[in-house]
Amino acid sequence: MSQEVLIEAIDLTMGWGDNILQKDASFTIERGDIFIILGGSGCGKSTMMRYLVGLETPMAGRVLYADGSEARLGVGRPRFGVMFQSGALLGSMTVGENVALPLSSWTDLPPEAIDAIVEAKLGLVGLAGTESKLPSELSGGMKKRAAIARAMALEPELIFLDEPSAGLDPVSAAELDDLIIGLNDSLGLTVVMVTHDLDSIFKVGKTCIMLDKASRSIIARGDPRKLRDESKDPRVRTFFNRQPAEQAP
Amino acid sequence: MSTPPAPLADQDPTSRPFRIEHQPAERGHRIVFSGRLSFAEAEPLWNELREALKRYKRRDRLDLDMGKVEWLDGGAMALLAHFRSELYRRGGRAEFVNASESIQEVIKIYSGDQAVQRRKKRVAKSAVEQVGEAAYSLVTEVQLMLAFLGQTLVALWAVVKDPKSANWRELPYNCERTGADAVPIVLLINFLVGLVMAFQASVQLKRFGAQILVADLIGISVTRELGPLMTAIVVTGRSGAAFAAELGSMKVNEEVDALRTMGLGTTRYLVFPRLFALMIVMPLLSVFADVVGILGGLVVAVTALDLAPVAYWNEIHKAVKVWDVGSGLIKSVLFAIAIAGIACQQGLTTEGGAEGVGRRTTGAVVSTLFTLIMIDSLFTIFFRLVGK
Repeated sequence: MSQEVLIEAIDLTMGWGDNILQKDASFTIERGDIFIILGGSGCGKSTMMRYLVGLETPMAGRVLYADGSEARLGVGRPRFGVMFQSGALLGSMTVGENVALPLSSWTDLPPEAIDAIVEAKLGLVGLAGTESKLPSELSGGMKKRAAIARAMALEPELIFLDEPSAGLDPVSAAELDDLIIGLNDSLGLTVVMVTHDLDSIFKVGKTCIMLDKASRSIIARGDPRKLRDESKDPRVRTFFNRQPAEQAP
Repeated sequence: MSTPPAPLADQDPTSRPFRIEHQPAERGHRIVFSGRLSFAEAEPLWNELREALKRYKRRDRLDLDMGKVEWLDGGAMALLAHFRSELYRRGGRAEFVNASESIQEVIKIYSGDQAVQRRKKRVAKSAVEQVGEAAYSLVTEVQLMLAFLGQTLVALWAVVKDPKSANWRELPYNCERTGADAVPIVLLINFLVGLVMAFQASVQLKRFGAQILVADLIGISVTRELGPLMTAIVVTGRSGAAFAAELGSMKVNEEVDALRTMGLGTTRYLVFPRLFALMIVMPLLSVFADVVGILGGLVVAVTALDLAPVAYWNEIHKAVKVWDVGSGLIKSVLFAIAIAGIACQQGLTTEGGAEGVGRRTTGAVVSTLFTLIMIDSLFTIFFRLVGK
């Protein structure tokens, strides 16, 4: 492969107890990619992201990072940023304090420098001037943007986004898509995104894997536009063409 | 189809806007529905369908003739679909027939044109299964507690090695809300406890002319037992419940996960500021509790037992030893560890939504109260054994 692999999932089996969500999933995520994990509801997209960031321990298989280490969260400067579906901003802190948290925890920057970075990051996601607001004062879309600013505070090379456009109006969702494309193009940020928003998938996705609930496996991988136009798998075609299961073209 | 009919006030079958007739058919039977079947008529429709179920034997074949139906809404169709499923469940067969295009659409939406899926029978759990589940749940809880204890000890060692790694910024805030904010209620409760105890004792002591011993009783029992224990109970209700609910909400809102992905260990970032804050404020609150408890006794001594305040104070000085206060303070630190530890552990193991937060908060308070009494009892026995 010409591109450097940032994350490699090897025979990853995820689930709990007797419930297996995905079995023996293997794939790689390359530097500079916008990698989409997609599939229908309940197939394990968000759970897959939790395994990739190390929040969960695989039932079998491994998730390896570029340096060969296994995905496991510990105490220390994080190697990537994560935006959760709800934003997961700390409710007791202002938006500015939320974005400043990783900076004050893992750098020796003076408070003035941290404030400057916070201001810049919030400006980047279109939230300039919201530093002193509490998360409860923000709309759903603003919370997600603030969470992206927090995820990017430490200039990670990789960012995980869980359903960034879910629950957003079309304009906000499109703006978020543009932001993701901009970050990828201009900063070379690698993006791993969980979504089933077709507009978003076709607009920002470079590579994707499609998870299937029934077969508990990856049923398609590659460029989402190509899969939409060329896939012969009825499950893939019904998903990309937004059709009920029994009406595959 | 036109607008839905208005519900009828009376239940006279002849005045109903629908009719159900049972007729023999070539193969089996035919039920002819006619008129307007709407949700407004759900109750009489349900009753008639229940009666109809009793008319047919197992393995009967039925045609549900919808040819004369003028109106069918979702509520009525849901009952008809259930009726059809019941017939299937009893081994019979039933199909909707002769429906007009618009009626057929409604039938289709409610899957009335599809094969009936056999529902799995719900089997009640046996007593053995329930006991097994309860035992498994208990083992899981113990595992979670041990895991939390292990994580706490590992994180504590890491903080001892690198004190800067703890989240000290949150400590003053937590001291204020668990300590300073609790002072009024702690003072009031302990003053009343001293007062009530002295009142109860005063009647007996008067009979023996031993009024002065009220100072000994109040002084020793408040400093050794009641001051720290009542304070711990108040702090459990205030701060323990707050910790569990707060961390539980953070857990279900993915804030705890977000902290973990930022490389901030939950024990160091969330547990230690609360634990250390309680370890600092609980002994201080206990001292306040001791003082006001003794003051409560003084009020009774002066007003009900006619003792001079000086005599009461002198007797307190004679009766209460440094160890009495000290042992109470030692216990208060252990109480603080129990309150913060259990509350944080319960909060951080919350699953589900608001209901999970409520369950864990209740669990935290109940478990803590039980643990406080256990610790107090063990200490009392231990001090007695070692002659203190």
